[in-house]
Amino acid sequence: MELPQLEHMRLRRCDSAASVPQFCNSPTMIVMVGLPARGKTYISKKLTRYLNWIGVPTKMFNVGQYRREAVKIYKNFEFFKPDNEEAMRIRKACASAALKDVAVYFTKEQGQVAVFDATNTTRERRLIIISFAKERGYKVFFVESICDDPEIIAENIKQVKFGSPDYVDRDIEEANEDFIQRIECYKASYMPIDDDKDRKLSYIKIFDVGSRYLVNRVQDHIQSRIVYYLMNIHVTPRSIYLSRHGESELNLLGRIGGDSGLSPRGQKYANALAAFIKGQNISDLKVWTSHMRRTIQTAEALGVQYEQWKALNEIDAGVCEELTYEEIQENFPEEFALRDQDKYRYRYPKGESYEDLVHRLEPVIMELERQENVLVVCHQAIMRCLLAYFLDKPADELPYLRCPLHTVLKLTPVAYGCKVEPFFLNIEAVNTHRERPVNVDINRNPEDALQTVPDHI
Amino acid sequence: MTNCPTLIVTVGLPARGKTYISKKLTRYLNWIGVPTREFNVGQYRRECVKIYKSFEFFRPDNEEGLKIRRQCASAALNDVRQYLTEEGGQVAVFDATNTTRERRETIIQFAEQNGFKVFFVESVCEDPDVIQENIVVSLGSPDYTNCNTEEAVEDFMKRIKCYENSYETLDEVLDRDLSFIKIMDVGQRYLVNRVLDHIQSRIVYYLMNIHITPRSIYLCRHGESELNVKGRIGGDSGLTPRGKEFGKKLSNFIQSQGISDLKVWTSQMKRTIQTAEALNVPYEQWKVLNEIDAGVCEEMRYEEIQDNYPLEFALRDQDKYRYRYPKGESYEDLVQRLEPVIMELERQENVLVICHQAVMRCLLAYFLDKTAEELPYLKCPLHTVLKLTPVAYGCKVESISLNVDAVNTHRERPEVGITTYNHTTTQPQLMQQQLH
Repeated sequence: MELPQLEHMRLRRCDSAASVPQFCNSPTMIVMVGLPARGKTYISKKLTRYLNWIGVPTKMFNVGQYRREAVKIYKNFEFFKPDNEEAMRIRKACASAALKDVAVYFTKEQGQVAVFDATNTTRERRLIIISFAKERGYKVFFVESICDDPEIIAENIKQVKFGSPDYVDRDIEEANEDFIQRIECYKASYMPIDDDKDRKLSYIKIFDVGSRYLVNRVQDHIQSRIVYYLMNIHVTPRSIYLSRHGESELNLLGRIGGDSGLSPRGQKYANALAAFIKGQNISDLKVWTSHMRRTIQTAEALGVQYEQWKALNEIDAGVCEELTYEEIQENFPEEFALRDQDKYRYRYPKGESYEDLVHRLEPVIMELERQENVLVVCHQAIMRCLLAYFLDKPADELPYLRCPLHTVLKLTPVAYGCKVEPFFLNIEAVNTHRERPVNVDINRNPEDALQTVPDHI
Repeated sequence: MTNCPTLIVTVGLPARGKTYISKKLTRYLNWIGVPTREFNVGQYRRECVKIYKSFEFFRPDNEEGLKIRRQCASAALNDVRQYLTEEGGQVAVFDATNTTRERRETIIQFAEQNGFKVFFVESVCEDPDVIQENIVVSLGSPDYTNCNTEEAVEDFMKRIKCYENSYETLDEVLDRDLSFIKIMDVGQRYLVNRVLDHIQSRIVYYLMNIHITPRSIYLCRHGESELNVKGRIGGDSGLTPRGKEFGKKLSNFIQSQGISDLKVWTSQMKRTIQTAEALNVPYEQWKVLNEIDAGVCEEMRYEEIQDNYPLEFALRDQDKYRYRYPKGESYEDLVQRLEPVIMELERQENVLVICHQAVMRCLLAYFLDKTAEELPYLKCPLHTVLKLTPVAYGCKVESISLNVDAVNTHRERPEVGITTYNHTTTQPQLMQQQLH
């Protein structure tokens, strides 16, 4: 789809065709530090999910998992006693195995960021990691979580530890008691990052779940983005509601894009959405729409204030705007096939790709992280991108996520992930979901190309 | 973005970069569309005490001096109140030393009474080299116009001493309920406490990305393109022979500048890429550096826009900054999508950005603190490199024409308005178009 010379030019650069600048520097290791139940794994998983979504290949390495593979059955906290030599040896070996895998990820799997999730509470352990990284030319950024609020710690233990494979056969009280003893094992030897002795290191210290941060020596762009992200996330319980606009006139005609108004059924949906939202009894709900009529009309029915974001506008289909799939096949058969070959990266001529969408949605995600209860009234491609972020879906699945009209998805963060509840508000609408056809060859015949197009007028 | 107005309060000894930060932050916030103004208490003091005699004014036992300074702070706060409540301001930057808890408490109460949020920005620095450098900047102040340098430096050092004894830095424990960022050693380390909302979060992110390492930013457009010579806007055409010539001359120019470690950025359009190719160095493509999308007017000549969309054409001239081409973008949209570029330019050191007319106007407006009204009319001719070098509180601009002819693509704001539009005025109006 590009001239050969441009393809050549793209290869000359040290980055991909992404609209996100690729900072092909050294790989970065993010190293967690902190006592058990301080949110290290929560932060690791969330950060990994965010970085992958914005296009930075990232993988998490949880040393506890390596330990569970080495020591099949977890007996009790005695394993973590500092004088348990046998166990110490195993734990050291597990950390080394994890570090080896980090090296493989960077050198053989094109990884750019590795999140090393373990307590790393002693200077000795951190020095080993620093040497390992220095030898190989990796950058190191520490993320330390410090918290002494017993309520928060108790809540963490409840949320995640009881689901852990370590405690699968214990009752809650036993598990709680054991875990508290486990934390004690680490406390005696815990050496937090020292602002004086460690002043040459790059790190962020997070105090009391984000009430305060200390940031030292941010080296580069990716570390700066990581710090910004970490400073915007919170753990206050809340829900995010994602919905498309009500059915539009162009939806009925099977035409993509454009800026049409709601159909009668779409208007009905808007009213049903208002009733649904009222029924949810949400305190202090923010409502966001795009700048396009169909989302604005939908929000109007709610009778509350809403904020319009241009970044929430539907994907720009460029030369294909307002065409039906049949017309696209007729006028741009090759483009149509190329899109089916790589729907995530394919950019409509004079339009956008899903990859471009993710880039322009990043500020929306950042603000969603800052906010509490939010209802986002948007569009099919947009909703797929947002959903992929919350549900950690990879780029090849993202463009095929199901986001039907007239269905609200309620997302509620829970433990390490996100609970999803779909609510179909019982107003019929056309189906706008087009599955990937079997034949994606550029020379395919029209029947094969149009095999999966949903019905329309 | 903002509900209650926000009062940003600087804290720190003299020569710690408070005014530098205040001005830069104000410039940034205004550029992204948040009406912001800075209030420098020193300025109020200079208006009050016409002639600055010596550091003795700042001695803690100088009752007369203290009274005047307190009055000046109050006057400034009064103006803050007016700006935030009556003049549509959203952020006020209160630039003063504010080194005592007592003074800060006064400000906090003032803010509470008026429903403003408060965010403190403290700059702490003990590096004598940095302080020396900063003092040189401070000596540009009207206080020292008639002193020789040695005298001035000595006086200024004594001035700093006057504050040192009573300096109460923001404390993690004592001030745990306040919202603040403490910047230590020019950005090596930050302490961030209780960020309350979106704007504070953006401010923190910005402050954590700026630096004061000397460097230069080079801005230029792509070489002259095929569509340029045809007088057509937008599109994605390649370079003309003269455009390619510019690429070569640009390469020579860049080499002659002897820049260490220069980053080169382009858009994802052919004409900027082809220009960068001539440099024979790695470059990075940013989609957000693409030219403004002219929507239905893409690839049209101005005469064609006039013929097909006369109303739109006139509306654009009425408010070129906010006007959005149908199915296209406005300058205001451009600024939003360029914000990550500005943020990364702040982080970087020497950078050459090869972009487009509207994009370059937006970037230039940020560095030169131009208003939204001026921005769409900034002159960014083809085949000319602008070299921007931060100096003192602003930016030095050097315009270097590389001596390769090109069409003129600059269209001035026309005099005629929408109500007086008629066919007879078409001719003179179009005379302003470039000849092609």
